[in-house]
Amino acid sequence: MKLTIERAALLKSLNHVQSVVERRNTIPILSNVLLEAADGKLSLTATDMDIAVVEKVDAEIETAGATTAPAHTLYDIVRKLPDGAQVNLDATGEGQLVLQAGRSRFTLQTLATDDFPVMTGGDMPHEFTLTSSEAKLLIDRTRFAISTEETRYYLNGIYMHVNADASPAVLRAVATDGHRLARVEIAAPDGASGMPGVIVPRKTVQELRKLIDETDSEIQVALSETKVRYSFGNIILTSKLIDGTFPDYERVIPSNNDKLMQADVKSFAEAVDRVSTISTEKGRLIKISIAPGSMTLSASSQDHGTAREEVAIDYSAETIEIGFNSRYLLDIASLIESGSAEFVMADPSSPTIVRDAEDASALYVLMPMRV
Amino acid sequence: MGYRRALNDHPDLHSLCRDCLHLWAGAPGDGRCPRCGSPRLAIHDELPSLSLAHIDCDSFYATVEKRDDPSLRDKPVIIGGGHRGVVSAACYVARVYGVRSAMPMYKALDLCPDAVVIRPNMEKYAAVGQEIRKLMRAVTPLVEPLSIDEAFLDLAGTERLHGTPPAQTLAGLIRRIENRIGVSASVGLSYNKFLAKVASDLEKPRGFAIIGQKEAQTFLADKPVNMIWGVGKALEKKLNQNGFQVIGDLLREDEHSLIKRYGVMGRRLYRFARGQDSRKVEPESETKSISVEYTFDTDIDSFEILAAELSKMCDKLSARMQKKGYGARTVTLKLKDRDFHLITRSKTLPDPTQRAEIFFNIGLDLLKPEINGTAYRLMGIGGSELVEASEADPPSLANPDSLRKAHLDKTITEIREKLGPSALVKGFPPQ
Repeated sequence: MKLTIERAALLKSLNHVQSVVERRNTIPILSNVLLEAADGKLSLTATDMDIAVVEKVDAEIETAGATTAPAHTLYDIVRKLPDGAQVNLDATGEGQLVLQAGRSRFTLQTLATDDFPVMTGGDMPHEFTLTSSEAKLLIDRTRFAISTEETRYYLNGIYMHVNADASPAVLRAVATDGHRLARVEIAAPDGASGMPGVIVPRKTVQELRKLIDETDSEIQVALSETKVRYSFGNIILTSKLIDGTFPDYERVIPSNNDKLMQADVKSFAEAVDRVSTISTEKGRLIKISIAPGSMTLSASSQDHGTAREEVAIDYSAETIEIGFNSRYLLDIASLIESGSAEFVMADPSSPTIVRDAEDASALYVLMPMRV
Repeated sequence: MGYRRALNDHPDLHSLCRDCLHLWAGAPGDGRCPRCGSPRLAIHDELPSLSLAHIDCDSFYATVEKRDDPSLRDKPVIIGGGHRGVVSAACYVARVYGVRSAMPMYKALDLCPDAVVIRPNMEKYAAVGQEIRKLMRAVTPLVEPLSIDEAFLDLAGTERLHGTPPAQTLAGLIRRIENRIGVSASVGLSYNKFLAKVASDLEKPRGFAIIGQKEAQTFLADKPVNMIWGVGKALEKKLNQNGFQVIGDLLREDEHSLIKRYGVMGRRLYRFARGQDSRKVEPESETKSISVEYTFDTDIDSFEILAAELSKMCDKLSARMQKKGYGARTVTLKLKDRDFHLITRSKTLPDPTQRAEIFFNIGLDLLKPEINGTAYRLMGIGGSELVEASEADPPSLANPDSLRKAHLDKTITEIREKLGPSALVKGFPPQ
């Protein structure tokens, strides 16, 4: 394999694929990126055995061929090369890749391409298209609620499924860590209706989100019960899905909550942020006393003292005192774009619904803390 | 003291009958209790003033088995067996043949071929141990258990409460343990923990030995150095090499040089040799962790078998947590390999729990990386960072049933608050 490529193009592609590669690997080949040159294109592939990202980029191919080289090292080298440099890659020597650019010359050890694990997509019978803004919406409003606790692995991702009971049918993204739950829906795209409910792992969500920002093109989604493939023109991300059953989340979304409170989300979030300065690390509890016309946020800590702040609200039900993790409140507040947040409560120990007063596509459920 | 001074008796001595609890100043010439005629007397000049005791049940496991099967009474009984093949306890009949604890089973049976061998039933012994501890606590709050069948008791200041000096109270306690629970025990009475422990071993079984302040140093002088608490085989060898065979030899050295040579242990050697020990009796501290562990009959390296054992242990752990009213935030797995290397692996949970399923899931996660061909002789699972049961397993949005249960519990509480505690009780589903 011998080729010449522009530094900027190579850097961009390496950047896309290298973040899939884990920093620490017990299997050496997984630290490498697979480079394949043919027909005027350089193809770069990185995988961690669960996710594979393949990107094709234009290059001047002198000799077709393939090799694998350490992904992070190669990325670091290319990153440090001067802008506008032409990069020569030569893997015709035995077991090594020579990189030359201007007066720089690097020799990297390579591993045989035969050992590089190929992730086969298999048959993916369900296909549909998402616009990049739809994909962003589904991810951004749910990923904060993904659980990081590994024992309940089926919560370590976003549950995507189609709710055909709604008319028209909707594609839903749901995530929960047990303390909060986020549910977002969009009109189901053509071709999605027969799809199985799938759990997209957190790392896949992260990589996908990064690529959406980079490309801004439409995303072709194809999936089976075990794998999903996202294609953006010249980039393809293939990922295994979490093999588990997502909880029956509909049952935890309360339907009989009767205490409706409306607040200006900006002043609410700022007050929460200020008051939470005092709340203790563990739990970050803040107490909210809600009465007609105003709510009082308060926090206390044995080490730091106390804090209180009042915020004007719309509320006419009976007075209630309820506690929440302040960080969870801020996470949700940051996603409410219309400026007005609605809280629908039952009592201090039951799940509370939070939503954008003017946007029904997203719904958040918060478990109160004991006050 | 309100007791009668007997005539013709040694004026400095005090006597206590361990059968009828008669206490008097003096010592009988015929060695028998003037009231009931029993020869089981404790006689000592410091008898009324000593208050620190060590109580040790006599070959506890064997005694419990004999209690439950009277046909075993006069037979040599060995508790132990299993494939591990060591003696856990031997009754006093078996000891006559030379059988001792921790002896390999084949050797024990060589010495005493007619012995009745019984597999240990730890649950039963633990339950009996708890009953005994209850009786101890009725006498003084300062009970420091050392194991299932022995404890230190500090009876200082209980004289007004019981109307009897500590020695008499203790004799009464031992009598109660024998009569009510059917287990005999030996008492060591002294003025500190070290000597109380030494004393309890002097007259086993059914002993009542006393070491007073005045005689302590003389008593210790010709005893081997390994009688000192904390002197094991290694230190004993070192001490012997350095010219300390008996405790009296230690009196030659000053504290400083002993500390220089043996570190912290040096201070203990110096003090204990002089009969000094200032350690207090620490009553059982607040529960910090709850755990279950098990030593296998044969070492196990198979993940499947360990996982199956773990599952059973987690059920037990959960039951204990519930019974004691705790939840745990941290789960710890303990493994010991055949070379007795101990490893512990812990994980802290986002929410405290008392559920077996969660202990098991976490336990499995901790176990998996340790499966590498090593065969383990012991495994344990425990919970620490305990919280009240009400804080364990908070309702979770990821578990719809937990929300329903929380709602149900809340409703029940509300109804009981309104209509009284018996307004709503849990029943059994109709058959």
